[in-house]
Amino acid sequence: MIPVTFDYVRAKNVDQAIQQLKDSKGEGKILAGGHSLLPLMKMRLTEPQMLIDITGIDALKEVKKDGDRLIVGALNTHREVSIHPEIKEHIPLVAETARQIGDIQIRNKGTIGGNIAHADSAADLPAAAFVLNAEVLITNEFGEQSMDIDSFIIGPLITMMPEDSIVTGISFEIPPAHTESTYLKYFHPASGYPVVGVAVVAGTDSNGVIDYVRVGITGAGDVAFRATSVEEALIGKTPSEAVIKAASKSAAEDGEMGSDLFASEEYRENLCKVYTERALTSVLL
Amino acid sequence: MTVEKKRVSVTANGQACSAEVEPRKLLVHYLRDDLGLTGTHVGCDTSQCGACSVMVDGDVVKSCTMLAVQADHSEITTVEGLGTAAELHPMQQSFWEEHGLQCGYCTPGVMIAAIGLLKENPNPTEEEIREGLEGVICRCTGYQFIVSAVQKAATRIQETGVNLNSQRLVGEGTQND
Repeated sequence: MIPVTFDYVRAKNVDQAIQQLKDSKGEGKILAGGHSLLPLMKMRLTEPQMLIDITGIDALKEVKKDGDRLIVGALNTHREVSIHPEIKEHIPLVAETARQIGDIQIRNKGTIGGNIAHADSAADLPAAAFVLNAEVLITNEFGEQSMDIDSFIIGPLITMMPEDSIVTGISFEIPPAHTESTYLKYFHPASGYPVVGVAVVAGTDSNGVIDYVRVGITGAGDVAFRATSVEEALIGKTPSEAVIKAASKSAAEDGEMGSDLFASEEYRENLCKVYTERALTSVLL
Repeated sequence: MTVEKKRVSVTANGQACSAEVEPRKLLVHYLRDDLGLTGTHVGCDTSQCGACSVMVDGDVVKSCTMLAVQADHSEITTVEGLGTAAELHPMQQSFWEEHGLQCGYCTPGVMIAAIGLLKENPNPTEEEIREGLEGVICRCTGYQFIVSAVQKAATRIQETGVNLNSQRLVGEGTQND
């Protein structure tokens, strides 16, 4: 499968990339790892006239701490994210999630910025992004801005990305030191995409009472969501099998379930509960 | 729409190569059609099967999901860079001995992926091999013989001290294959 004809340029820096996007008059697309964009182009589901390759912009590979947040440059590949010492130290959930994306070849090319900007409803990262109150850092000719992940991703493959902008990084909240985290997914056996993926960060205080818990679910529907009903049911409780089981029953309540030939709405609902229970159990018990 | 062709220059298996291509040309077609390196196969053409796996600057990637222009100025290793018929690479020798292939269509990609794995983890467990080969699909062997072949190759590579980071992995100086 071959994409339709397009022109290709490389950008030396962010400003140049934005100028090239403007010059393309809406016909240009940013190319990083290409592992979301090129498959769409090969199937001719999208036909940009110009690709602007940003992989040479080293500034977009930075990982830096900013107060209680860690900013991961957009161009870090999933592999780089999965092994980066600072990411593993401060936001291990993101490293663990990146480690589970696709396969080795895909993790060698796909980037964190591209993954979020593409907003695939079956992507792994949004679960972690929702749980860690991620902000998407965006730059255009008017300057930089940041957008909460839940206001950035508004539908499957649909974002609030302003015109002629590029995602320069993703900023994640560093969870409290006493918490632990995990990402568990039930993946489609052929594609590897999560049918349901659950990210959990949780911890207990010195009395053994849950004082911090966040649950994020991806894959189940059009967009990822925070399972706040589960969180509310757990906060202030002492973790036990029974408490976790009871709380996990509401895992599907805060999001809309999708349905396809592989997994019905009812099945996905059940997967949300089962995987939430397993993830909470592994973190809290 | 007509666009200017771009010159793409790479070092493929240790040799400098160059060709002018349309930006939309996939790396796998550049390797096969422009450089004549037909050992790399197109399987599913949808980034699933890994038959097209090659090494670009040391990383295993699926060449059906990369543009040739993205690979400009990179170092590429394909199956042709592993060994020669006269002097097989330990990976090839092990696949042969352990019957790690049947039809052979996926084999070039599987061997490249396996070398990528051994570069990071020279002595993997069976589970680590299976995990390391998650990006390649073989429809003949049921994987058991592939796993055995990679285990044997790992041992052999450690014993012989073959450098997996060299571009042309063995057969240096034997270009008349």
